[in-house]
Amino acid sequence: MADTKALYQEVILDHNRKPRNYGTLGNASHQAEGHNPLCGDHLSVMLNLDGERIDGIAFQGESCAICKASASMMTATVKGKTRADAETLIQEFRDMAMSKLDLNGHHHLGRLAVFAGVRDLPTRVKCAILPWHTLHAAFNSVASTSTEAEDDPMHAPIGNA
Amino acid sequence: MKLVEPASSPRLAPTFDVERIRADFPILKLKVGGKPLVYLDNAASSQMPRPVIDRLLRYQTTQHANINRAVHYLSETATSEYEESRRKLQCFINAREDKEVIFTSGTTDAINLVMHGYGRKFIGAGDEIILTTLEHHSNIVPWQMLAEEKGAKIRVVPINDAGELLIDEYEKLFNERTKFVGVMHVSNALGTINPVKHMIDFAHARGVPVLIDGAQAAPHLPVDVQALDCDFYAFSGHKLCGPTGIGILYGKAAILERMQPFKGGGDMILSVTFEKTTYNTIPHKFEAGTPPIAAAIGLGAAVDYLSAIGMGRIAAHELDLLNYATEQVNGMPGVRIIGTAEKKAAVLSFAVDGVHPHDVGTLLNEDGIAIRTGHHCAQPVMQRFKVAATSRASFAFYNSMAEVDALIAGIRSVQKVFS
Repeated sequence: MADTKALYQEVILDHNRKPRNYGTLGNASHQAEGHNPLCGDHLSVMLNLDGERIDGIAFQGESCAICKASASMMTATVKGKTRADAETLIQEFRDMAMSKLDLNGHHHLGRLAVFAGVRDLPTRVKCAILPWHTLHAAFNSVASTSTEAEDDPMHAPIGNA
Repeated sequence: MKLVEPASSPRLAPTFDVERIRADFPILKLKVGGKPLVYLDNAASSQMPRPVIDRLLRYQTTQHANINRAVHYLSETATSEYEESRRKLQCFINAREDKEVIFTSGTTDAINLVMHGYGRKFIGAGDEIILTTLEHHSNIVPWQMLAEEKGAKIRVVPINDAGELLIDEYEKLFNERTKFVGVMHVSNALGTINPVKHMIDFAHARGVPVLIDGAQAAPHLPVDVQALDCDFYAFSGHKLCGPTGIGILYGKAAILERMQPFKGGGDMILSVTFEKTTYNTIPHKFEAGTPPIAAAIGLGAAVDYLSAIGMGRIAAHELDLLNYATEQVNGMPGVRIIGTAEKKAAVLSFAVDGVHPHDVGTLLNEDGIAIRTGHHCAQPVMQRFKVAATSRASFAFYNSMAEVDALIAGIRSVQKVFS
C-alpha cells in the first residue's frame, strides 16, 4: 500500500497527462469497446494489423488514471510487435495484476511492471486490466467487452474473449 | 438587568461531546496504513458502538434459541427479547402498534416485500407507479420487475440542478391510473431531504399509497411515521449502528392485513394441510422462516443507543459537520459539490476537476480516509448530472470537525499528486 502514491506519481504524471496514441485510427482492421459497468469506465481500442504485426494502435475513452495510464503504456508497448507477442503481454499483465506472476521470474513486461502495485488494490485491478482485456477482444473480433459477468477477465480464460 | 443564563442551565441542551461518543466505537481507534481511520462512508454502512456489540455478545452467550417454537427457557427468552426489540423499533419511529413493524433483512428486502405483497396484488395492467430520479436502485428495480410482469408503467419525478425534486412535476404526474408512489426520504447520492410530508398528503388526497425509503433518513433525522402518515417506511439496521442482515418495514396495519405474503414457510402460517394453509396474522405473516434473531435484538440496542443521544441532537451535529465541510469545499478551487439542495443531510458528493473519483478514493485511502466512490447505486442521478461517478463523504454523529479537516487536507493532497 505504501507504493500507491509512488505508482500514481510515476504513471500519472506522465501517461495520464500525456497519453500516448490517444485518439482514433482511420484504417483500423480491428477494434473493440471495453466497459467497466461497476465504475462507468469505458474505452475503445483500434488497431491495424499488417499481416501479424501491429502497424498502428490507438485508444480513447473516459476512465480513471490507472486505466488511462495502463492503456497509454499498453499501446506504446505493443506497437510494432506481433499479435502473438501482444497476446503474451496480455496474459502476463493480467497474471501480474492478479498476483499470479512471479515478477522476479522470466517475463516480458518491462516498464509495465509498475502496475504490479494494483495487486494491493483489489478494487482497482480491473481498472488496469480493462485496456488489455479490450485489446484481446479486438484481436478476436469481439466488438464489445466488459469487466463483468461472462466477460470478466478475472475468470474468463484467455483466448475466449 | 437581565442575567445571561449560564451555559450549564438545564434548559439548554448539553454540548455535543463527540469525543465521548467516539470512545463508544472501538473501530474508530483503528489505524489504516499507519494513519488514524477517518471513516466517512456512513451512508454505505455505519459503525457499531460497544453497547450494541455487547448486546449481541450477551444474546449469543446467554439467550439464544429459536423463537416462537419451543416451551423451554431459552426459546421463551429469545422470543421475548426479539419482540421487545420490535417494540423498541415501534417507539423509534412512533408507529401506532408493534405489529406494524416487520423485520426484514434490510431496506431492499422491505421494498421487495411491498412490491410482492402489495404491488402484485393491487397493481395491474396500465396502472402507474410514481418514482423519482433520485431513487436508489433498490427502489427502482423491484418496481420495474412488477411493471414488466403486470404491464404497469413507471413515471419518474425529475430533479433540478441542485438535486431537488420538482414538486410541480410530481403533482402533474398523477392521473386516474396512478396506483402507487415510492420515494426516498433522503438521497444517498446527494443528501437531498425530500419534502415527503407534502408528497404523501398530495398522494393521499388522490387515494394513492406511498412508500418511503428511509434508509438514509432513519440514521440521521427524527422519524415519526404517524406524523408523516406514510403507508410504508423502510430502513436498514447496519446504517444506524446496528448489524447487517436486519432492517424493518413499517406498514399501516390496515394495509398490511390486506396484503398477500411475500415468502412462504414456517412462522408465517397458522395451520398447514395439503388442501389449505391459513396464514398467520401480521407481522408474522411477513416473517417466514427463522429470522436473524440476534441482529434484530442488536438493532433494538442500536435504536436505544441513538435514542439516548437523541435523534434531534444527532441531526444538529451532522448538519454542523455538513455545513463546515460544504464551506471548506466551496473554498477549494477545482472541487465542485454535486447536490446543492437547500435541505440536505449528512452527504457531501463532490467532483475533483481532472481526477476520476476512483483515483480520489484510492489516494484518500492512503491517508486513512474512507469515502465511497462510484455511482452509489443511483445511476439515474449520475446520468442527470452527466457524470459516471462521484466521490462521496457521508457523515455520522461520531465524526468530528477534525475529520472534516482531514478530508479537506486529503483532497488537497490528491490535487497535488495530479498537479
